[in-house]
Amino acid sequence: MEKEYTLAVIVENKSGVLAHIAGLFSGRGFNISELSVGETENPDYSRITIVVKGDNKIVEQIKKQLNKFIDVIKVTDLSNQPSVHREIILIKIKAPPSKRQEVFQIAEVFKGKIIDISQDTLTLEVTGITEKIEALISILRPYGIQEIARTGRVSISRGMSK
Amino acid sequence: MKLTGALAIVEALHKEKITTIFGIPGGVVIPLFDALYGDKKINMVITKHEQGAIHAADGFARSSGKPGVCIVTSGPGATNIVTGLATAYMDSIPVVAITGQVPTAIIGNDAFQEADTTGITRPVTKHNFIVKDPNELTSVLKKAFHIAKTGRPGPVVVDIPKDITTSEFEFDYPEKVSIPGYNPTVHGHTRQIKKVMDAIKEAKRPLIYAGGGIISSDASSELKQFVKTTGTPVTLTLMGLGAYPGTEPEFLGMLGMHGTKTANYAVDRCDLLIAIGARFDDRVTGKLEMFAPHAKFIHIDIDPASIGKNVVIDIPIVGDAKNILKEMNKHAVKLDIKNWQNEVSKWKKEHPLAFMDDELLRPQYIIDQLYKITKGDAIITTEVGQNQMWTAQFYKFDKPRRLITSGGLGTMGYGLPAAIGAQFANPDSTVIDIAGDGSIQMNIQEMATISQCMLPIKIVLLNNGYLGMVRQWQEFFFNKRYSATCLKRTKGCPDICSNPGPQCPQYVPDFVKLAEAYNAVGIRITKKSDVQGALRDAISTDKAVLLDFIINPEENVTPMVPAGAPINKMISSKEDAEAFLLA
Repeated sequence: MEKEYTLAVIVENKSGVLAHIAGLFSGRGFNISELSVGETENPDYSRITIVVKGDNKIVEQIKKQLNKFIDVIKVTDLSNQPSVHREIILIKIKAPPSKRQEVFQIAEVFKGKIIDISQDTLTLEVTGITEKIEALISILRPYGIQEIARTGRVSISRGMSK
Repeated sequence: MKLTGALAIVEALHKEKITTIFGIPGGVVIPLFDALYGDKKINMVITKHEQGAIHAADGFARSSGKPGVCIVTSGPGATNIVTGLATAYMDSIPVVAITGQVPTAIIGNDAFQEADTTGITRPVTKHNFIVKDPNELTSVLKKAFHIAKTGRPGPVVVDIPKDITTSEFEFDYPEKVSIPGYNPTVHGHTRQIKKVMDAIKEAKRPLIYAGGGIISSDASSELKQFVKTTGTPVTLTLMGLGAYPGTEPEFLGMLGMHGTKTANYAVDRCDLLIAIGARFDDRVTGKLEMFAPHAKFIHIDIDPASIGKNVVIDIPIVGDAKNILKEMNKHAVKLDIKNWQNEVSKWKKEHPLAFMDDELLRPQYIIDQLYKITKGDAIITTEVGQNQMWTAQFYKFDKPRRLITSGGLGTMGYGLPAAIGAQFANPDSTVIDIAGDGSIQMNIQEMATISQCMLPIKIVLLNNGYLGMVRQWQEFFFNKRYSATCLKRTKGCPDICSNPGPQCPQYVPDFVKLAEAYNAVGIRITKKSDVQGALRDAISTDKAVLLDFIINPEENVTPMVPAGAPINKMISSKEDAEAFLLA
């Protein structure tokens, strides 16, 4: 059955490693839905959060292939354990002065911030889980979306680190 | 001790006990070749093409179990080894390729002979490195050899910019390596081993399906002990041939697309399939859902990613085959499987591999004679295609590392340069390349290397004037439309031609003259009665010999499992193929 999986991959913080991992997905016909990368608490390592859709067998194979890479230190499947997920969206919409109040209210409900304003547009920043981000987009769609920038999710397991 | 990078590389190769290197110089590796100049411990073999160098390094590794090394220049030198890296990668062969790179300061500027070598080779290597800091050079080389040889072996590229080879630094070769992301599991889990042994004891129709992993882990004697104790029948993959003696009664032959009927029937009927160091390749399994339909699956492999990739495994064990078989041998007992053994022996008697023993010059006869004359003790390399499959079927390999062939990638042009590597690794052995006239021309230039190095390599050329395996598929599945497969076709031939005969151009090229041009002995054999004498003469001389056997042009490799069919559905002729296509 097709499902969404979130993998946290700790890798050597070196050039070429991300290309290698991206190459694994394209070379073996797997598709990445979301990807984010950043340094970890140890500057020698980076953390890559990858969201993939697939059945259990495909995801097992992806995990094994990732583990095979010499530059991969650890692969954690966060779909199997309690974990928290966040994503940031920056969304620019058409909002002439007459519409601004409405948008401010929406931003408040979504615990967002207005981070830019112009004659005809407003830009919101919202953090949250994917469902919240999707809900925001659909609510703002009638205003006319000019541009969207999403980070892709970052995820971390709950509680004590193992 | 302060050394230049180039001298440090040579010193590192000494520490790794490397005695033979294959390669070709070029602009950015001049300092490295300068450091190798006159080196007493390293024999630097210069091939004619970088592809020849990497296949030679691969042949050296397969025939000796030691890592093969090649050194090539940047840009085209590096891109020319890509096929060889992919070949070694697919068959898990330890090769270390050192590639020159343009100086660090101009990397990324599209400099002369610059290519993104690590980018290009990443999907076809176990790992690759680019050395940008001279202080990392020795630790990278140490890691490269360690990664290439251990776990599931494979090729490793070390890309070294020119300025690294000319800068001076303190030489210190590390004794140990520590790579946080690399720690292969070599010992099998005790509880899993017990489960396996329980399953084996319960099985009524167990079958061992073993592959190249037995050879790379040097586990042949352990496998033999296990088989002799339990009485379990054995089939081997192409890569596994020689892992269990081909002449022992428990051996059923190779399985898969051109496997024996016995082996494929046994897979179809077994109730327990014990896969060791094999990877359920599509050429082995045929239609996956119908592969061993009655069996429980055990899979023993050092690569966890191989387990469960194609089939669901009931009892997996990750680890080194030798260690695991040793443990299994401690608990092995004679199995009560008399009925199964009888069934298998009956198939073996009813369906031996056979060929028409008539007046035509048939390749199977030549290989059978070669086997008898060499007493099965030669190192055989092959090209890819029909020549390779006939070799797998008719030369019986009793020992590992005697069949050197490109299995996974199926690289035409592999056999001749691989024979060079095998001969350097085994100077006292008879090394024979069983070739086809299509494949051998993909690296024919290495005849010059053979001549210059005075290697006594023999080439048994099965010359049918076709890209024979593709022609066979065209005969079976494309209504005999020989599109683009005739190697003799010249201007003036009819547009459509499916009937080779006396009207065809005679020798394209003339391989006897070609052999002579390369300072080798060339002999053409057109009659069956001349086969034995020609083989005997060739093997008894210490010269390089090319035997140009003009074989029956439309000879086929049978039995054959059509692509995508279950492996018990084997065909032997065009008529069978038609019946199969209709069904």
